[in-house]
Amino acid sequence: MSLTRAEVEHIARLARLELTEEELSRFSEQLSSILDYAARLREIDTSTIPPTASVLDTGLPLREDIPAPSLDVTAVLRNAPQVEDHQFRVPPVLE
Amino acid sequence: MADLPSFNLFDLLAGLRRGDFSARELTLATLERIERLEPALHTLITFTPELALQQAEAADRRYAAWRQDDPSAGWGLPALLGIPVMIKDVLCLKDVPCTCGSRILENFVPPYTATAVQRLLDAGVVVVGKSNTDEFAMGSSTENSAFGPSRNPWDLNRVPGGSSGGSASAVAARLVPAATGSDTGGSIRQPAAFCGVTGLKPTYGRVSRYGLVAYGSSLDSVGAFARSAAEVAELFRIMAGHDPLDSTSANLPVPELHLGQRNLQGLRIGVPEEYFIEGIQPEVEQAVRVAIDQMQALGARVQTVSLPHTSYALPVYYLIAPAEASANLARYDGVRFGRREPAERMIEMFFKTRGKGFGAEVKRRIMLGTYALSAGYYDAYYGQAQKVRTLIKQDFERAFQQVDVIACPVTPTTAFPIGEHTDDPLAMYLEDVFTLPANLAGVPGLAFPVGFDSRGLPVGMQLMGPHFREDILLQAAYAYQQATDWHLRTPATR
Repeated sequence: MSLTRAEVEHIARLARLELTEEELSRFSEQLSSILDYAARLREIDTSTIPPTASVLDTGLPLREDIPAPSLDVTAVLRNAPQVEDHQFRVPPVLE
Repeated sequence: MADLPSFNLFDLLAGLRRGDFSARELTLATLERIERLEPALHTLITFTPELALQQAEAADRRYAAWRQDDPSAGWGLPALLGIPVMIKDVLCLKDVPCTCGSRILENFVPPYTATAVQRLLDAGVVVVGKSNTDEFAMGSSTENSAFGPSRNPWDLNRVPGGSSGGSASAVAARLVPAATGSDTGGSIRQPAAFCGVTGLKPTYGRVSRYGLVAYGSSLDSVGAFARSAAEVAELFRIMAGHDPLDSTSANLPVPELHLGQRNLQGLRIGVPEEYFIEGIQPEVEQAVRVAIDQMQALGARVQTVSLPHTSYALPVYYLIAPAEASANLARYDGVRFGRREPAERMIEMFFKTRGKGFGAEVKRRIMLGTYALSAGYYDAYYGQAQKVRTLIKQDFERAFQQVDVIACPVTPTTAFPIGEHTDDPLAMYLEDVFTLPANLAGVPGLAFPVGFDSRGLPVGMQLMGPHFREDILLQAAYAYQQATDWHLRTPATR
């Protein structure tokens, strides 16, 4: 199968990735050949096979809900690209 | 400390305890060796000499208190007190940059420490740096690191493997006796094989993933490198065990590891015919088959087993891992940490930050995963892959009813030249063909050296075992290493 350029642009939009012209054409080719390779999975009849949700059968445990201090806010904000009033600052979301 | 490269972990611990040298002297010698060899090998992204010296001095105070029977030294000594290690740069260590080999996290300084790393710190290790990795652990060569590839100490024009290539190269070149790694599709075992060291990917859930930067969350495991199985066992014992901070961490006791046995009496080894495929380098097959014969001579019983869905592991992995990656890497948006590209609107900031911050392979996998999960394609790709994964897992369950371990090559070839696969992602993915199944099934895998090819490059063998039976793998490799000396061979790096 072959991914069209429009499909690659659509995926990039879903993934929030700005791609260059060169990347768009390279990725359509490379992703197509990887997906071709993956198509061999359709050879297998899996109609009665359950999907793997987890490799371990131990289930997901719940811990006791005990209040405890979380990470220090100042330490966390130190990694933020922009901070104002102890909050993350971002560019406008709406026009 | 001129003999430093010849000392293993246990020699170093014995020397520190006897007072032959101090942790500070050992650390200074280690730092000097790293400074000398690092320009050729490039094993590190972040070098931490000040931190290492602080930790070494703290270790020396602890040794001094212990020698004087000072009660504040407590009962005995921490297991790795004063031992220099490297931490793969996808594991968080508080207040030290964690880049994941990516421009997008170039300036990220984690405010907390990964559980596996904390357990090593509690055991007294000295951290000399954060080791190089393919970006977000996606790769088989370290060539996808935004900070440049590491080199293989056996041949500087060749890759050390990846993604944990910095750690493997450093242990092989005797910069440190041990280092941590992570393994999502072979990222510990493949570089261990390429560099001629021993590397363990534990059972999924055995070592906490808290503080490991997530790539493929159903596949990721944290493990270790050293020269020998006995040393790897020591690191594994310390890092393993339940952690309430990781909900997939198994609440099971870590068995005592008694690696004393020098024979393999009673061990049933299965050799999967599907792992000796066309295209495998003949010298790799030869060395692995000789090693299996040697294990037989040590008392093991060898039989053929079948893992019939092996050839589907590669397409299954390259749908599931990118799907999980596309979700995990959605967090790199320029809002809370990491790089941000300036933009007028937030949506534009997302596109620019991610477009400029991620390298080609990471983008490729995000694209692939986004596609595999997108409306209209989910069932055909991701859903089908998760079902075939069940079949792969069942292959192992059936095999382990007949045998205790599975023995096979780690990789189809020995280390390849830098640049050989960079233009062909699928060819690079084929490097992982023998290591991916263990991640898909969640079983442990151990890689260790069993010979060299005619170019003088190491060949690795892999042992895989049932869930939570790392002890069998380590014991078997220990017995093999008592009878052979491949793991003691040292590259000519000076």
